[in-house]
Amino acid sequence: MIKAILIFSNQGKPWLSKFYQPYSEDTQQQIIGETFHLVSKRDENVCNFLEGGLLIGRSDNKLIYRHYATLYFVFYVDSSESELGIFDLIQVFVETLDKCFENVCELDLIFHVDKVHNILVEMVMGGMVLETNMNEIVTQIDTQNKLEKSEADSQLSTCLHPQGGQSLKCEQCRKEYI
Amino acid sequence: MALKMVKGSIDRMFDKNLQDLVRGIRNHKEDEAKYISQCIDEIKQELKQDNIAVKANAVCKLTYLQMLGYDISWAAFNIIEVMSASKFTFKRIGYLAASQSFHEGTDVIMLTTNQIRKDLSSPSQYDTGVALTGLSCFVTPDLARDLANDIMTLMSHTKPYIRKKAVLIMYKVFLKYPESLRPAFPRLKEKLEDPDPGVQSAAVNVICELARRNPKNYLSLAPLFFKLMTSSTNNWVLIKIIKLFGALTPLEPRLGKKLIEPLTNLIHSTSAMSLLYECVNTVIAVLISLSSGMPNHSASIQLCVQKLRILIEDSDQNLKYLGLLAMSKILKTHPKSVQSHKDLILQCLDDKDESIRLRALDLLYGMVSKKNLMEIVKKLMTHVDKAEGTTYRDELLTKIIDICSQSNYQHITNFEWYISILVELTRLEGTRHGHLIAAQMLDVAIRVKAIRKFAVSQMSTLLDNAHLVASSTQRNGICEVLYAAAWICGEFSEHLQEPQHTLEAMLRPKVTTLPGHIQAVYVQNVVKLYASILQQKEQAADMEEAQAVTQLMVDRLPQFVQSADLEVQERASCILQLVKHVQKLQAKAVPVAEEVSALFAGELNPVAPKAQKKVPVPEGLDLDAWINEPLSDSESEDEKPKAMFHEEEQRQAKHRLPEVDEEELARRREARKQEQANNPFYIKSSPSPQKRYQDTPGVEHIPVVQIDLSVPLKVPGLPLSDQYVRLEEERRHRQRLEKDKRRKKRRDKEKKGKRRHSSLPTESDEDIAPAQQVDIVTEEMPENALPSDEDDKDPNDPYRALDIDLDKPLADSEKLPVQKHRNAENAKSPEKEDVPVVEKKSKKPKKKEKKHKEKEREKEKKKEKERKGEDLDFWLSTTPPPAPVPSTDTLSANTNTDAAPKDELEEPRREAQDGEDQDQDQEKKPSKHKKKHKKEREERPKDKKRSRKKLPGSEEAPGEPVQNGALEEGPLPPMSSYSLLAENSYIKMTYGVQGSLQDSQVTVSIILENRSSSVLKSMELSVLDSLNTRMARPEGSSVHDGVPVPFQLPPGVSNEAQFVFTVQSIVMAQKLKGTLSFIAKDDEGATHEKLDFKLHFSCSSYLTTTPCYSDAFAKLLESGDLSMSSIRVDGISMSFQNLLTKICFHHHFSVVERVDSCASMYSRSVQGHHVCLLVKRGENSVSVDGKCSDATLLSNVLEEMKATLATC
Repeated sequence: MIKAILIFSNQGKPWLSKFYQPYSEDTQQQIIGETFHLVSKRDENVCNFLEGGLLIGRSDNKLIYRHYATLYFVFYVDSSESELGIFDLIQVFVETLDKCFENVCELDLIFHVDKVHNILVEMVMGGMVLETNMNEIVTQIDTQNKLEKSEADSQLSTCLHPQGGQSLKCEQCRKEYI
Repeated sequence: MALKMVKGSIDRMFDKNLQDLVRGIRNHKEDEAKYISQCIDEIKQELKQDNIAVKANAVCKLTYLQMLGYDISWAAFNIIEVMSASKFTFKRIGYLAASQSFHEGTDVIMLTTNQIRKDLSSPSQYDTGVALTGLSCFVTPDLARDLANDIMTLMSHTKPYIRKKAVLIMYKVFLKYPESLRPAFPRLKEKLEDPDPGVQSAAVNVICELARRNPKNYLSLAPLFFKLMTSSTNNWVLIKIIKLFGALTPLEPRLGKKLIEPLTNLIHSTSAMSLLYECVNTVIAVLISLSSGMPNHSASIQLCVQKLRILIEDSDQNLKYLGLLAMSKILKTHPKSVQSHKDLILQCLDDKDESIRLRALDLLYGMVSKKNLMEIVKKLMTHVDKAEGTTYRDELLTKIIDICSQSNYQHITNFEWYISILVELTRLEGTRHGHLIAAQMLDVAIRVKAIRKFAVSQMSTLLDNAHLVASSTQRNGICEVLYAAAWICGEFSEHLQEPQHTLEAMLRPKVTTLPGHIQAVYVQNVVKLYASILQQKEQAADMEEAQAVTQLMVDRLPQFVQSADLEVQERASCILQLVKHVQKLQAKAVPVAEEVSALFAGELNPVAPKAQKKVPVPEGLDLDAWINEPLSDSESEDEKPKAMFHEEEQRQAKHRLPEVDEEELARRREARKQEQANNPFYIKSSPSPQKRYQDTPGVEHIPVVQIDLSVPLKVPGLPLSDQYVRLEEERRHRQRLEKDKRRKKRRDKEKKGKRRHSSLPTESDEDIAPAQQVDIVTEEMPENALPSDEDDKDPNDPYRALDIDLDKPLADSEKLPVQKHRNAENAKSPEKEDVPVVEKKSKKPKKKEKKHKEKEREKEKKKEKERKGEDLDFWLSTTPPPAPVPSTDTLSANTNTDAAPKDELEEPRREAQDGEDQDQDQEKKPSKHKKKHKKEREERPKDKKRSRKKLPGSEEAPGEPVQNGALEEGPLPPMSSYSLLAENSYIKMTYGVQGSLQDSQVTVSIILENRSSSVLKSMELSVLDSLNTRMARPEGSSVHDGVPVPFQLPPGVSNEAQFVFTVQSIVMAQKLKGTLSFIAKDDEGATHEKLDFKLHFSCSSYLTTTPCYSDAFAKLLESGDLSMSSIRVDGISMSFQNLLTKICFHHHFSVVERVDSCASMYSRSVQGHHVCLLVKRGENSVSVDGKCSDATLLSNVLEEMKATLATC
């Protein structure tokens, strides 16, 4: 099982946090802080596995992380997951982000945490690995985005044929016309 | 209203969206909190509006704030509102917010049930998907209970996207609602063979997760997983399965034996490091589970160690880390194989990566020997000096102590060296492990008598320099060693060189700043020291000096009397009075030393924590007997009973009193022992007389080696342990020279002895005799002190509830032999079960129905268990993996017929185990076994009763080479007995036919799959009966009536219905025309639809898999009243085993006997025709000779078989 997935910056700012076990907001922040503390002091060329932090980790738990330029991707997992498997999964995650955002950069993640969540949801569900095939993930994301877009379009079309000229009705209209 | 909407829209223009919020927060770095609280106020306003888009935007922002640590539980209801939006865009936002912030304590969560149910059955797969994903994060026991059925249905959804999510979420449902596990399990198991790799992987995932917690319940799945392992190419799935096997093997060593070879092959063939690593891990687990007396597995160990060495040597730190991790697992059972890689592991100690160093440290424990202990510890000591973080340093410290003290200081040859190491460790600042060092010092000083002198000198130095130890601000840690130092100096004061000096050191004012418990020990031991000085002085008739010492005591003790610590105060006051009394006596020139020393007379021996328990109760002593008669009160009460309750009270009074006392006593005893056991400083000062007599001989007879005099005993100042390394070398060299002569003569003898004595021997370990001897009082555990497993388990462990026996048979009373159900079960051997057993008429079935279904399910499971139980033993005892297929068919068909076969079912199991035993025998003494086996075969025809009980498979077992078939055979393609019946845009029908031995009936199972977005209801199946074949209809209906399908089909759902047909003649294949009529209802309205089909009854479908025994088979063939026919098919590439499996599966045969590429098979028709086959495999062809009581049936069956084989 995956216990938690975190993305944070080199400064420890969280850009995404997903906990698969219930923790209070305070504990979540503590875990993020502690994880950052553990991970950030490690050199570049050391191993990517850490025996868990005090909070989330009992003896069973491991912390597997990857460091990309300005970002840390951290997975907390228990012993049922393969260390190298999760290590690869992080890479799949990042490559998927890269595909979905078209050359992903930190700012994409900062401003579109909801989209990152939507991508993550197609990979990991309730702490278990759902899909590891990047193409499959990207296909599903694309279809869902299209669905969202068609919903927005239909809303737009009702706006284009307004009754009483309420063309300011929706977000999309505002973006189009103002 | 309109105005309000316009107003709302205008307001929205100025709303922030998520990006604005993030940007805003970034721009307000100075007053972030203030800015956010402003935003939250805005969000609260937005949530009050009616516009769902506004609300969704607000919730989206809240989700972001939640990540920053803001509690958003107050918006839970708004989140639910957004979840229930009709648009996917908003729904997704709502579910995301819920999954981030809802938990079991969220009270509004119960409002979501219906919404989620609606979303789950939504025609849009993404609505369903989003609901499943959200639910996986916040499912509660209530939700799990209410939605389990819906999710279970989704497991058979047409879209793999939904199926895989539904399968995965079932794990969460099981966790929250364990009752759902049994009903859902069959379907989950089915999904292991789902055509979609994603669904398959999800099912593997869930079962692995379940099995990890309660492996024993999943052993029966081992054959299935084995098949998956040998056929799957998906590394993710393979890793999970291999990990699962790692958890299963400890429970079933035979499984391990079976696994070794395929795993070894994988290790050799895979290029994926992750897979390789997991394989190695599981092989290690297998090796651990196998008994050590298996020499042929040393190759596997070597392979693992070799591969791990490659990992450790890799420049990739991750591989290095994992290699070390796995190595430590091998170390536990095969230390020798690891020890040869000592160089590598020592090298890792110098790695710059702390994780790697820690892993290497773990391994060191098993690396040390008498020979290299000093060298390794020396290395660790330099690390201690260099270590930066206290955590790593503390880890080093504990490891050093662990390594040195392991198995009663087995590897220490020179205790002076060890004491100096301990003393050196006291220089560590800020360590948390002062008490560990102290405990070691005490232990060594007490157990190693020869070292006391040295220890005392070291400890006195330590006491003298107490200011160094105690001066640091973190007094809590290292000053613990002063406790040990004070005690050792006091207790063994006769060894002190300058007792007076030490006494002064212990009475310094600075001491009062130490923690109370240490001061207390100081005070107590000051008196011991004082007593011994007094004696010395008096013996030397130096009365003045003696009085001076007393004066010193009288002067200094008051500082302890003032201590705030009660213990210190009490001891100090007592002792002060004593010393003052001594002073008075001294003034009168009375010799007092003798009497003062008498206070501390006697030797303290180490006593095992549980020793007290072993004290035998003296004869004639009844510990339970009353010492005094019980109080007269109760007696008088008993004597004057109050009418009605007389009897009861009396009985209670008599029984309860002693019982309570016993319990109480036991409790106290236990508590005290616990305390003693936990207290490293606890030393029993006066063991009971018996105890002492028992122990003394044991202690005394140990020859105490005198300290080599060449070792300087007095080391000025704090010594350096390093010098001992050199000295030790010299000592050993001398020893070697001395021994050389003696040893040549009796080398052989010694070699024998070696193995017995030491658990971790190294080549020349025995050559090194320790300089000092350790007294180990044998710490025998009393028989009743078994560690109970229950204690280890956390009662709150959520996984405990899932410890459900999935194969558990049900009580007899629960079996309800109803004709229809029997048929239903009959049709559902696991291989054919594409569709759930449980039929769902409506979402909420009535209670009665539910109960009934439950029973049906459980019954189903019982059958499964019987099959599985057989399967597992059978599978484990024989080789070919596909074998379970025929045997399951066999048994499932059999269980229904009558009670008699049951006995037979019991027998094969034993046989199978016998087979297994034989296998083992065979490994040990193959030649003998062969003979035995031959003999057995000859005997068989004579001994009918015995051989009758053999299952066909168990016979074939010994005839085959051990443990290979599985690997040589290619993977078997998935087989299904279901074929397409008819389809249109609304519905797809697939069907399978299964014969039953009763009343020449066949059951047709039809899977109806709704492909449309409408709900299909009022389905009715009408068939045009032929003269030969008729459909069984409900009583009272005419031949032209249809039979209703007992369920409706929501969009995307499939279900299975069964129809029984009666057949007159079965020798020919039959075709029946029929029509399915139904009503398709969607939002626009309902339409009547029809679908025509043709049911094809092949001759094979009239055959039922029936086991047959070789002797009965032979009789049949000999009887001569069977007609014969044969076919031959060329161009066959499939392996023989798979071929047989195919015949078994499609034509319902069972293998009677198989010898090499020739097999005899048997089946029986629903009307009792015997069909016997002899299948022979040629180069590229297969020939089948058949004998049957009906010629037409035989030729038809063979024709059908020809068609099947032609596709192989």
